[in-house]
Amino acid sequence: MRKHLSLTGLTVAASLLSTPVFAEELIINLPRSTEQSIEATENLIAAFKEAHPGIEVTWNNFDDETYKASFRNFLAANPPDVVAWFAGNRMRPFVEAGLFEPIDDLWAKAGFNEQFSAAESSMTIDGNIYGVPYQQAPWAVFFNRDVYERAGASEPANFDEFVENCEKFAAIEVDCLTTGTVDLWPGAGIFDLINLRTHGFDFHMQLAAGEIEWTDPRVRETFENWGRIAPYITADNAAIDWDGAAALLAQGKAANYVIGAFAVKTLLNGGMTEDSLGMMSFPTINADVPRAEEAPMDSYHIPVGAPNPDNARLFLEFVGTPDQQTAYNATTIRMPVNNQATPVDDKYLNIGFEMLSTAEGLSQFFDRDADADMAKAAMEGFQEFMARPERMDDILERLEATRQRIYK
Amino acid sequence: MSTPNRRPPPSLTPWLFLAPAILFFSVYVIYPVIQSVMISFLDWDGLGEKTWVGFENYRDLLDDPSFYTSLKNNVIWLLLYLAAVPAGLAVALFLNQSVFGIRLYKSLFFFPFVISNVVVGLIFSWFYAPNLGLLPNILDWLFGTPIAVLAEEDLVTYGIIAAGLWPQIAYCMILYLTGLNSINSELIEAGRLDNAKGFSMLWYVVLPQLRPATFIAVVVTVIGALRSFDLIAIMTSGGPYGSSRVLSYFMFEQSLSEYGTAMGYGAAIAVVLFAIMLVFISLFIVRMLAQERNA
Repeated sequence: MRKHLSLTGLTVAASLLSTPVFAEELIINLPRSTEQSIEATENLIAAFKEAHPGIEVTWNNFDDETYKASFRNFLAANPPDVVAWFAGNRMRPFVEAGLFEPIDDLWAKAGFNEQFSAAESSMTIDGNIYGVPYQQAPWAVFFNRDVYERAGASEPANFDEFVENCEKFAAIEVDCLTTGTVDLWPGAGIFDLINLRTHGFDFHMQLAAGEIEWTDPRVRETFENWGRIAPYITADNAAIDWDGAAALLAQGKAANYVIGAFAVKTLLNGGMTEDSLGMMSFPTINADVPRAEEAPMDSYHIPVGAPNPDNARLFLEFVGTPDQQTAYNATTIRMPVNNQATPVDDKYLNIGFEMLSTAEGLSQFFDRDADADMAKAAMEGFQEFMARPERMDDILERLEATRQRIYK
Repeated sequence: MSTPNRRPPPSLTPWLFLAPAILFFSVYVIYPVIQSVMISFLDWDGLGEKTWVGFENYRDLLDDPSFYTSLKNNVIWLLLYLAAVPAGLAVALFLNQSVFGIRLYKSLFFFPFVISNVVVGLIFSWFYAPNLGLLPNILDWLFGTPIAVLAEEDLVTYGIIAAGLWPQIAYCMILYLTGLNSINSELIEAGRLDNAKGFSMLWYVVLPQLRPATFIAVVVTVIGALRSFDLIAIMTSGGPYGSSRVLSYFMFEQSLSEYGTAMGYGAAIAVVLFAIMLVFISLFIVRMLAQERNA
C-alpha cells in the first residue's frame, strides 16, 4: 500500500512537471509480507528503474494466502506483466492452459542456461522454460542445543541415533520433533526428507510424479521409518501453525523442528541465539542412498496476455543477473539460485549452501513435485499418519485410489 | 379535455413491478444454478478445455470417503445448530423483565451476533489452542489431560459448532425478544385466571403466540447450518485431515482453493448441497403459503 502511494505521488509529480517522463509501464503482482522481503523488492524495483529509466513500475502487493487464492483469477482475467509463482508441477496447470509465456530465448540470450544449470529442469515443462527463479530455501532439521544438553543427547549421526535421542527427550517431557500442520504443508517436508533418505532422489520424484503405487512395499518402508518417530512428534500438531511450532522449539518444549530455512528469522526473534539454534541435514537412514535435499525455489513468470511483454522480459532478465540475485537475497537472508551470485555470509545460509552444493539431487517440495490434487490428498494422509500411525494401510490404500483417479 | 390514456393495460402492471426483481433473480440466482448444473457434467480445471463426462463426477462423489464425512458433518451441524432455537428462547425469557440495567445485559447477550464470524472463529481457536488456550489449560487443571479440540477428529466438528452457536443463540434471542414484546397481555391475564403458571403458561399461552418468531428462528438456523463455511475455513481449514469439512467447504476445497482445480467435481458437490437445501426451503415455503391462506 505504501509502495502504491509513493508511486502515485511520483506520477502526480511527473504530470505536474508536464513532461511525459514515463512512456512505458510495467505491472508486477507479488506477495511480500515480511519486512525484509518488502525492502528487498523495493530495492530491486528501484535498481530496475535506474537501469531502465523510461519504465514506470507498478507493484501490487498481496498477502501470501490471498495471492495464492486469487492467482488463477487475475491470471486469466486481468494479467499483469510479471507474476511470482513456484517451480515444478505447481506451474504445470498454468503452462498447460497456455497462461505462462515460454522464455527459452531469454534464457539463451542472458546465459541463464549455465547460470541456473541446477534449476533449469524445475523451470522446464514439456521442453520449454517458463520462468526465472530468484530464491531458494533448503529444508533441514533445526534443533535447540539447550534442550539437547538438558536431555544429555548429542547430535545424531544417523536416523537410529535420532530415534534413540527421542527417548531421551521423552524422559524430560520434551517433544523430540515438532511441526505445525494446520496448513498441511509442513508435514510434507518431513515425509519428503524421510522418503529421500530411505529410497533416494529418483524414487521420490517418481512417487511424486504418480509413477509408483502408494501401496508399493518401498513406500511402506518409508512410512515405517516415519512411524518410528511418529509417537515422539508434537501430539496436537494438526491444530498448530508453523509459527506455533517454531515457538515450541524456541521455548524448549521441543528439541527438533523440520522446516525450511525461512524459519530462522522467526526462531531467532522467538528468543533463540546462534549458539542455541542448530541446523543439520536430516540424518541418514540408508547409508547406501546418496544424500538428496529439499530446496523449494520461488520464481518470476510472464503471463500470456501481459500488457507490456517486452518490459516484462527486461525485468526477468534483470532479476536473473548475479548482482540482483546477490542483492535481493542479501536482504532477505535467503539463498540465491544463480550460481554466479554470492550468498551473504550467514551461519545458517552457509550450512544450507554446503548441504545443497554437495547433494545428489534437489527436490522442490511435495506440493510442487506432485499434482495439486494428489498433493492435497497426500498431505492430509501425512497429517493423519502422524496422529494415527496405526492407520498406515488405510491411508496408503486411499492415496493409491487417489493416484489412480488423478493419473489415469 | 383529458390526456390520451397511455397507461399500460392492467394485466401488465404486476409484471412491470416484478420486472426488476425477476431480472436480478434470473441473472444472479437462476442462471448460476443452471450453470452449476451444467459444469457438474464436465471435467474442467477452470482454465483449460472442458470435456463432457456425463454423471462421472457424481459417481466419483459416491466413492469418495470425504463426501460422506462432509455429509455426516452437515447432519451433525443441522441437528446441533437447532439447539440455538430453544437456547435463544431461554435467554430471551430470562432477559424479558424490567430491572435496572436490563438494556445493558441485552446488548451484551446480543454482542456475539454483531461481531464478524471470522472474529468468533479466531476467538474460539485461541480458546481451544493447544498449550496456550484456556480450555486445554482448564482441562489440564481439572483432569490432568489437556485436549486440543481442533486436533481431535472426533471432537473437532462439535468444537466448531459450539463456536457457531454463540452468535446463533444471540440471533434467536433477538427474534424471541421482539416476539415477546408483542404478546397480548390480555391473554396472559386470561391464562392466569385459568390458573396457568410456569411451564403450562409458557407452553399453552406464550409459545403459541411466538409461533411466527419460532418459524423464522428455525428457518434461519437450518439455512445457517447448511451453509456453515466461514468458521470451518477460519478454525481448521477442514482439518485435521479433512474430518471437519462440510459440503460447502468440500466444494470450495475441490474447485476454488489453493490446491483445488476440479471445477466439475466442485459443481457436482454444489448441486447435491443445493438439492438438500431445496428440500428444506420447499418445506418452509409450503408452510408459509399455507399460513398465508389461513390468515
